[in-house]
Amino acid sequence: MKKSIPILIVFITGIVMVMQYFVPHAASEFLFTYANDFVIVIGILALPLGIFSLMRGTVKKAIKDPKERFYALATIIGFLVMVLSGLQRSQFTTPGTLLQNLFNYIMIPCQATIFSMLAFYIASAAYRAFRIRTLLASVLLVTAFIVMMRIIPLPEPLSSWNSSLVQWILAVPNMAAKRAIIIGVGLGAISYSMKIILGIERGYMGGE
Amino acid sequence: MITPNRPHRLPCRPCSLLLPVLLTILFASGAMAQSDAPRWQAPENLIIEDNPNDNGHGLFLKWTPSPDDAELLVYEIWRVPTPGAPESEWFMVGSAPRGSEEYKYFDSDETMQGEINPAFVPIGKELQLCIRGRAVDGSVSAWTPIMAGTGRGNWYHKGKTNILVFMLLFGSAVFYFISSSKRGKELFIRPIPGLSAVDEAIGRATEMGTPILYVLGTGTASDIATIAGYTILSRVAHRTAEYQTDILVPVNDPVMLAMGQEVVKAAYTKAGRPEVYNPDNVSYVSAMQFPYVAAVNGLMTREKPATCFYMGVFHAESLLLAETGSGTGAIQISGTDQLAQIPFFVAATDYTLIGEELYAASAYLSQEPSQIGPLKAQDWTKVAIIIFIIVGILTLTFTSWDGILKLVQTPV
Repeated sequence: MKKSIPILIVFITGIVMVMQYFVPHAASEFLFTYANDFVIVIGILALPLGIFSLMRGTVKKAIKDPKERFYALATIIGFLVMVLSGLQRSQFTTPGTLLQNLFNYIMIPCQATIFSMLAFYIASAAYRAFRIRTLLASVLLVTAFIVMMRIIPLPEPLSSWNSSLVQWILAVPNMAAKRAIIIGVGLGAISYSMKIILGIERGYMGGE
Repeated sequence: MITPNRPHRLPCRPCSLLLPVLLTILFASGAMAQSDAPRWQAPENLIIEDNPNDNGHGLFLKWTPSPDDAELLVYEIWRVPTPGAPESEWFMVGSAPRGSEEYKYFDSDETMQGEINPAFVPIGKELQLCIRGRAVDGSVSAWTPIMAGTGRGNWYHKGKTNILVFMLLFGSAVFYFISSSKRGKELFIRPIPGLSAVDEAIGRATEMGTPILYVLGTGTASDIATIAGYTILSRVAHRTAEYQTDILVPVNDPVMLAMGQEVVKAAYTKAGRPEVYNPDNVSYVSAMQFPYVAAVNGLMTREKPATCFYMGVFHAESLLLAETGSGTGAIQISGTDQLAQIPFFVAATDYTLIGEELYAASAYLSQEPSQIGPLKAQDWTKVAIIIFIIVGILTLTFTSWDGILKLVQTPV
């Protein structure tokens, strides 16, 4: 019963949503919008669960692990400050408020810092990927070298030749591989969705 | 005869001011009369029908171009707000270039910037429209007769018939292969190195006495890739329960938290070790992308997991996570259906499930006939698609027949 009712709900909802795709009527559009709104509502209702999980884990760390205490306290204080400063609606609408300053001058720079680390990680990952170990790795290295050469100001006619070659690499072998993956993903997604709708795939509910 | 000594009489001052104004009005009205007076012949045979395959907020107009079509620039579609309304109240709702014979008038927005949208097409209400042509110099054609039409919602999108047929054929293939697999026919699945390495990776973590990190990405619980990630999580958690190894699952969405806890708990119960399950191991971190990355990277650096799994939807964080995991010396297995992130995972992790391999994981790991059947259906559909592509290329190259192209076209 605990499993059969959710599977029945999934089956009915799945079939209705598949049918909805083929029905352009306003009623069908309303159903789609309503279902999507419902997903948002479920997400909002589940938010306290997430906050509880975060706070419980952080408080436990602060109590049990002295090495973690400083970071755990920083998390708790940061959370409380952001929540309390955002209690008033004007904090969101008026420029220069505490909430907006915290977001613009602490959150965004921190996020930008994390994101900018990507540049270094790309270099280190590329170094490992381009090491010549096999024939395929060698092909990858040569191809990457040609593609990267495009942004270097080479003298003519090298520049034109290289540009044409890069365009061919991107438009033919690269695009063929991408499309093959896209077709595979599309078919896999349909097949997987069918398994979920028919109740064959139950792993996301914890299996049998 | 002009008397030379007679002085010229100047008009009085009010008259001198009024004259230019009167002349301006006279010329302006003349110019307007010239532009509004029909100089060209009207388009003919205007028909207004319900626009097919829509929600009812559209009308479909068909007409025969004006005999003076070559002289015109555009056809203007005007709406008559109420029956019998004077021409001054009509308003334009669209235009089509000369030579056009049809126009889709669609507007489903009842309001625009807080105001009532006069161009809105209500469902089931008769609307009156007419057309005229306009030339480059502003001259216009005569109006067509005012015609009426009613928009109605459609219950089937005829343009999607090819998709429906494909789905039915694919569904039939799925059912056929499931039943043949259940009848005992052996279906071959090619080895997927990433999935073959799952046991090895869990064993490594057990030997080293360190936890396993399982990252579900930054998607939502409704993404197919995330659901596939949960399926693999269920299998991995089952093994970790057997080996009594910790599994850490930081998530970025409260709904995913609830699902993750349920999946891991059920796996531990199924493995006969419900007492080992720790709900804190599946934890919510942050809904924002980079705070989530910072938290997971911190977790990796502190806990030094022996094995990291990345299964689900990933964006820019893929390489940030995988490179940090690589730096800690973990064996890493990744899988995503996000095309842009696959190269990063291939470069930075030990094994990668590319696209559909992620969806095939549950079938591969369980080896159940009902799971393997759909995989074979996928393979045969791919064969059919390849044949379609080859036939399409050959027919378009050597003949002008574009039937295959039209067959696979889908509505925008």
